[in-house]
Amino acid sequence: MPEQQRPEQKVVEPEYLLLEAPRERKFITGSQAFAEAVKRANVDVAIAYPITPQSETMHLVGDLYAQGYVKDYYRAEEEYGAMSAIAGAVRGGARAFSATSGPGLLRGLEAIVSWPGHRIPAVLGVMTRVVNAPLSIQPDNIEIAYLLHSGLIVLHAENQQDVFDFTLAGFAISEKVDVYLPVVVATEGFFVTHAKGYVDLPPDDLKLPPRDPYKAPVPPTDCEIPPARIQRDAPVQKSNFMSYLIHAVWQQEVWSSNRRAAKWIKHYLGGLIEVVNPDAEVFIVASGCAAAQGREAQRYATMEGLNVGLVKVKSLRPFPEKELREVLKNAKAVIVPEHNIVGWLAKEVKAVIPNSGIVVDGPRVYGGMTLPVELIMDEIYKAFGIKKERKTVV
Amino acid sequence: MSLKIFKINEELKEYMPQEIIDLEEKATWGNPKRGVMDLPYAKELVEEHSLCAGCPESAAFRYILASLPDPENTVIVNSTGCSSLVFPHIALHTVHPLFGNQNAVASGIKRTLEWRFPDMNKDVVVIAGDGATVDIGLDCTLQSFFRQEKITTICFDNEVYANTGGQDSGATPKGMEFKMAPGGKQWDKVPMWQLAIDSGCHYVARLTVSSPKKVEQVVKKAIYVAREVGPTYIHLYTPCILEIGLNADQGLWEMRQRDKERFKFFEYMSDEAKEVIKKKKEEGLL
Repeated sequence: MPEQQRPEQKVVEPEYLLLEAPRERKFITGSQAFAEAVKRANVDVAIAYPITPQSETMHLVGDLYAQGYVKDYYRAEEEYGAMSAIAGAVRGGARAFSATSGPGLLRGLEAIVSWPGHRIPAVLGVMTRVVNAPLSIQPDNIEIAYLLHSGLIVLHAENQQDVFDFTLAGFAISEKVDVYLPVVVATEGFFVTHAKGYVDLPPDDLKLPPRDPYKAPVPPTDCEIPPARIQRDAPVQKSNFMSYLIHAVWQQEVWSSNRRAAKWIKHYLGGLIEVVNPDAEVFIVASGCAAAQGREAQRYATMEGLNVGLVKVKSLRPFPEKELREVLKNAKAVIVPEHNIVGWLAKEVKAVIPNSGIVVDGPRVYGGMTLPVELIMDEIYKAFGIKKERKTVV
Repeated sequence: MSLKIFKINEELKEYMPQEIIDLEEKATWGNPKRGVMDLPYAKELVEEHSLCAGCPESAAFRYILASLPDPENTVIVNSTGCSSLVFPHIALHTVHPLFGNQNAVASGIKRTLEWRFPDMNKDVVVIAGDGATVDIGLDCTLQSFFRQEKITTICFDNEVYANTGGQDSGATPKGMEFKMAPGGKQWDKVPMWQLAIDSGCHYVARLTVSSPKKVEQVVKKAIYVAREVGPTYIHLYTPCILEIGLNADQGLWEMRQRDKERFKFFEYMSDEAKEVIKKKKEEGLL
């Protein structure tokens, strides 16, 4: 689209846009929050394949393309093709956004998990949804487990506000020269994407600076810079021995870069975790929507005079290892509510604290069920040794 | 790309390997009339390929790289397989993405380079084997044709998964015996050139690499048409002499046999493509 047809937006630094610009409160869905972030992120290319519940987000991004906020946009053949084309666009020098969900994420997974190794700084929205059979389209977040071991930066949004902030910050973080990795912003489908919440938004006539593909640890594939012979991808073809070596050092660098993202997540988003009542005896540790329910449980428990705290894990990768060890060092019990059957967050928490026996596995809901606060309260009572009769209404 | 990029800093020249110095001094940059006739005299853009001795694919690489009209502005996207073994040895910007997603990656690159460099030709060429094109990557390949992406797709058809040890592919002719076709392949060779026409390619050619000059012509036509009109497709027979039991010096003989039958020269041009080709002929570029 010609430059003159593009909406007028002033370029400002991410620090100003995220941390200083005045904000106005809007009541919008999570999908709208994704689109509002894309609108202000100076995104060049958006490509995606339709899937419930993600489609609405990418419809809204398509509208942004029609209005000139995004330079190129198309509905891809499927997620493998979408995520591959995103990789191509980013190699070519574009800033790119896509989104997917559940089975679509798994279909695109080979491409998505190759992004860190190919050093593709893109932002991917993941609106979680049941994977595996039998079919359900509801917000179970087991798919996040597949993303944790790939080198991606994975942020988990609790609500619509997080979706906006994490996505906008995601673009800034992913393109830092000492990071240069893709950022996933995950949130629960429907609960967040289709429900409205209050989101404080900076003005929409501001946008992030454009991507500078030359401010990078690896060159763009655009024939504009030496050397002539560029293959950014580790040349396994040279020899098996070299391929072991190159893969090893390259992946070490990917994971070092992943850890280096922590300081930028702290800078733009105030930390890898948020703690409510740091002197608590019993903690709820949760991410995404489970953190919202955990927040309610913490409030109820406080009203009942129980010393309960909440740790919301904002960043799943890099994982807040030191931060969790520090906050939980005096905890009697750690309750980890989750929207999946495998309990990937509970496993992560157990792995980083010395006394993993204090971790309560659950409560967990799956298949896309809601997570009633009462289930978390039950675990809190158990942790304090309080016996409660639950009334059963038939 | 500026040709200055190929200039080596004088003070560092004594430390540079000879092949890099040759790339500056003896390679054919900035001349769209370059072609296979330069091969004996110019520095080639492929350095010591790592394919088997006598592999016809290596000949295909040499002819294609000698024929690119604007190599300094050409990105090549490859795919996993024998052909991908050569890319670290090619003096261009190349991408080794995954197995089968080459045309999707190329779409993203081409679209981005179009708006980043609106006043320049940035040619994006896909080179992938028959497995990557006809089997695992068929979806991404055909969909890029449907979308009318301005890329040139070249399939190196050796009628077998050679790099993984000799399994039949979609491009294997019916009846041929390979490791996953015990007793012979049970269905016909996929006529990829015809699918390319039906899917919207504006220039399609099918041939062996037995004639270097012919390869040069189709490569140039395909790239010029892709630049101005839309997707183009070249289907090249590059037999795997190893898997069909031939000696290193029999590749050319094998291709000449197939020139008479299933790889008989075939060319298709849409009306828009014909116009571009006519214009390029008038300009002396074809």
